[in-house]
Amino acid sequence: MLGYFLSRLLTFVPTFFGVTLISFAFIRVLPGDPIIVMAGERGLSEERYNELVRQFGFDKSILSQYIDYLGGVLQGDLGQSFVTKKPVWDEFFSLFPATLELSIAAMIFAVALGIPAGVIAAVYRGKLPDRVLMSSALVGYSMPIFWWALLLIILFSGMLGWTPVSGRISLLYYFEPVTGFMLIDSLLSGQEGAFRSALSHLILPTIVLGTIPLAVIARQTRSAMLEVLGEDYIRTARAKGLPPARVNGVHALRNALIPVVTVIGLMVGTLLAGAILTETIFSWPGIGKWMVDSIFRRDYPVVQGGLLLIASMVMIVNLTVDLLYGLINPKIRRR
Amino acid sequence: MSIKTTLLAGAAALMLGSTAAFAGGNLIYCSEGSPEGFDPALFTAGTTFDASSQPIYNRLMEFETGTTNVIPGLAESVDVSDDGLEYTFRLRKGVRFHSNAEFTPTRDFNADDVIFTFDRQMNPDNPYNKVSGGTWEYFAGMGMGDLIKEIVKVDDYTVKFVLNYPEAPFVANMAMDFASIMSKEYADAMLAAGTPEKLNTAPIGTGPFQFVAYQKDAVIRYKANPDYWRGKADIDNLIFAITPDASVRYQKLKAGECQIMPYPNPADIEAMKADPEVVVLEQEGLNVGYLAYNTRQKPFDNPKVRKALNMAIDKQAIIDVVFQGSGQVAKNPIPPTMWSYNDAIQDDPYDPEAAKKMLEEAGVKDLSMKIWAMPVQRPYNPNARRMAELIQEDFAKIGVKVEIVSYEWGEYLSRSKDLDRDGAVLLGWTGDNGDPDNFLAVLLGCDGVGASNRAQWCYKPFDDLIRKAKTISDKAERTRLYEEAQVIFKEQAPWATIAHSVVYMPMRPEVKGYKVHPLGSHIFYGVSLER
Repeated sequence: MLGYFLSRLLTFVPTFFGVTLISFAFIRVLPGDPIIVMAGERGLSEERYNELVRQFGFDKSILSQYIDYLGGVLQGDLGQSFVTKKPVWDEFFSLFPATLELSIAAMIFAVALGIPAGVIAAVYRGKLPDRVLMSSALVGYSMPIFWWALLLIILFSGMLGWTPVSGRISLLYYFEPVTGFMLIDSLLSGQEGAFRSALSHLILPTIVLGTIPLAVIARQTRSAMLEVLGEDYIRTARAKGLPPARVNGVHALRNALIPVVTVIGLMVGTLLAGAILTETIFSWPGIGKWMVDSIFRRDYPVVQGGLLLIASMVMIVNLTVDLLYGLINPKIRRR
Repeated sequence: MSIKTTLLAGAAALMLGSTAAFAGGNLIYCSEGSPEGFDPALFTAGTTFDASSQPIYNRLMEFETGTTNVIPGLAESVDVSDDGLEYTFRLRKGVRFHSNAEFTPTRDFNADDVIFTFDRQMNPDNPYNKVSGGTWEYFAGMGMGDLIKEIVKVDDYTVKFVLNYPEAPFVANMAMDFASIMSKEYADAMLAAGTPEKLNTAPIGTGPFQFVAYQKDAVIRYKANPDYWRGKADIDNLIFAITPDASVRYQKLKAGECQIMPYPNPADIEAMKADPEVVVLEQEGLNVGYLAYNTRQKPFDNPKVRKALNMAIDKQAIIDVVFQGSGQVAKNPIPPTMWSYNDAIQDDPYDPEAAKKMLEEAGVKDLSMKIWAMPVQRPYNPNARRMAELIQEDFAKIGVKVEIVSYEWGEYLSRSKDLDRDGAVLLGWTGDNGDPDNFLAVLLGCDGVGASNRAQWCYKPFDDLIRKAKTISDKAERTRLYEEAQVIFKEQAPWATIAHSVVYMPMRPEVKGYKVHPLGSHIFYGVSLER
C-alpha cells in the first residue's frame, strides 16, 4: 500500500511542474501587452513604458522570468496582482470559500436529486417517468447558464418575490468573515435572520450551477442501474422474494454507484467552469469571476497563480480519489 | 416573543451598531464592479474613483457636481502669477481627517498633507513612491512630472506650485481624482507600523463618507463623516452592492435591493422609463467617438476627400442601431457639456450624392480602404464592429470599398498609433478634467502625432490656437480660441465625429437630489432618501 501511495505521489511532482509551465505560458501566449491594456486610450510615453517594463520584470528573458516565478512558487509566493497590487495568495483565499460553498451546495443539490431521478428512470425504463426525467435531463444539460439564471431571477425574484436577486446575504447584515462560508459565518454572528438570509441567497445560484451536474448524474445513474439490473445476482435477489424496493435500492444501487462516484469526481472541473458564469450573474464573490477579470486585464500573476492553485486542487482531489480506490479495491492497488 | 428571541433581537441590534440607523438613511448603490483599491492616485478606472476619491477624499480644487466647473475644495482660493508659472493655494482651516481603529488624527489638514500627496507621486526617494507597486499612471499620463518644478510650503496653510511652463488646465488637473489629498500623519503612522499598504486598503480622507469595510466582488460600506467640512451627508450609510451584470442590477433595483444603479442595458431603458418604480436621469457623457483618417496616407491627406467621406456617413442610423438611441450625433470633437463647445458650427449634411461628386472632383476613383474596429465595448462606442459595418454600407453607396480589420485591444491601441498605419481607425475619448485642452491638444495637437493623435494630423493654424490657449488663464479668451479651433477642425475634417454617448442613471423614486456628473463620477454627497 505504501508503495502504491508513493508512486501516486511521485506522479504528482512532474504534473505540478507541468502546470506551472502551462499556467505561465498560457497568459503570455495571448496577444496583448498588459502595460498597454492598462494605459488604455490615454497611452503612455516610450520612456514610461520602458520604466514599467523594468518594474514588472518583462525586460528579463522569458526563461529567467519563469525561473523567478518558479522560485516564488516554491517559496509559497505567487506574486502580486498588477491591478490591485495585492498578493495573489491573499486574494485567492479571500474569494475561494465563496466558490467552495456554492460548489458544495450545487453538488449536494445535484446528487440529492440526480441519483433518485436516475433510479426511477431505470426502474421505469421506457415508461412515462423515464421519458419525462430523461428529456428534462437533456434540457437541463443543454441549458445555457446565463439564460437559465436570468429566467429564474426574473421569475422567482422579480415576479414572485420569493428569493433575493443576487449577492450572498442581505446587506443589512454586517459581520466580519470568520470561515468565509456565509452559512457558517451567519450562524456564528448570532444575528437573527442572518442564516435564513444567507440560505435564501444560496437557492438560485445552487440550482443554476447544479443543473448540468444534476442532468449528468441522473443519466449516469440510469445507465449504471440498467446495467446492474441485468446482472444474475439481481435476478437471484428477486427470485429470493426480496421486496423490489430492497432489490433496487440496496443491491442494485450500491453497485451502480461506483461509476457514478467517478463521474461526480470529474464534475469538479465542470463546476468550476460553471461557477464563472454563475458567479458573474449572481454577483457571487468567488474565484471564477476573479479569473475572468484577470484574463481580460492581462493580469499575469493572478492568471498564472490562480490557474496553478485551481489545477493543484483538482490534482489533489484526483490523487485522493485514486488513493481511496486503492483502499477500496485491492485490484487497482496491485496494478 | 419568547425571552430567548427577545435577547437575540437585542443582541442583533447591538451588533448592527444601531438597527434604527440602518432603517433611516441607507443608500444602496448597485455598482458595476470591484474597485482596484482605495488610493485613487494608484489607479485609473472610473469604478475605482467612484469608490475612493468621491466618497472618501477631497482635492484642493473640485468639480461642482453636475458640471465641469472647477470650484474650491480643500483650497479656499488660488492665485496665479502673471507669467502663469506659480499657483498659490490658500488652504481651508479646521478640516479633520477620518479616524479608524488604528488611527486618530492629532492635527487638522494642512500644507504637509498636500506636499506628501504629490511628493510620493513624483519623488522616487519618497518612502511611499514604491508602496503598493505605485506606478502613478494618471500623474504620469497628465504629464505632471514634467510640469511641476517644485512644491513649496509657504506656511501651514499656504502651498505654492511652481511650474516649468505655463499650463492653464493645471487648476482643473488639481480637481482630478489622482490629486485626492491623503493624510501625511496617517501615512507616517502606517509606515512606522510596517503596514504602508493600508493607505490603499484602509483609506483615511477628509471626504463626506468614511470607509468601513470592503469585501472584494461583494460589498463596500461607508458611513457618513459626522465632521464633514461641507456639512454631514443626509444619508447615514452608503453601501455599494457590487453587481457586474446590468440585467441583474435592474432586477435588484426593481426588488428594492438597491436604490440606484449605473450603466443600464440600452435595451432596458424603454422599460425603465415606463416603470413607475424607476426614475431615469440622463445626460450627455463627456466623451466622443470618432473615425480618424490617417491624414498622412494618400488620398486621405486631401481634406476634400475626408470631407466627402464624412458626408457619406449616416450618423443618425448609427445612433439608432449601435447606440440604440442612447447617443447623440457629434459634430465637434468636444462634447456639448464642455465649455467652449461651438454650437454655431453646422455639421456636414448626410448627402451621398454630393459626397460622390466631391470624390470625383478630388480625382479619386475606385477607392478601397480599411476601417479599424475596436474589439471592446466603450462608452463612446458600444459596438465598433457594427458601427464599422454600417459605415462600410454607407461608403459602398459612393463607390468606396471598405475592408474591416480588428486586433486584440492592446495591439489595436499600439498599432493604431503607427505613422504609416493603413486605414481609418474607430476610437474615442472620455474627458479627464473637463478642460477642452484635454481633448483638442491630446487628440489633435502636433505633439500627439504618432501617439494619441490617431489622425496623425498636424495642422499649424489649429495647433497655434490650442498652444496659445494653454498658456492663458483668462477663460473667456481661451473659449474664443477653442471655438475658432473647432471651426478649423470642421473645415479640415481629420476625423468623422460620430457620437457622444448619453449616460442614463436609473434610480428609485425615493432617491432625491442625485445629479448626473458629466465627468462620469457617481457622487452621493447631497443625495437624500424620501420616506
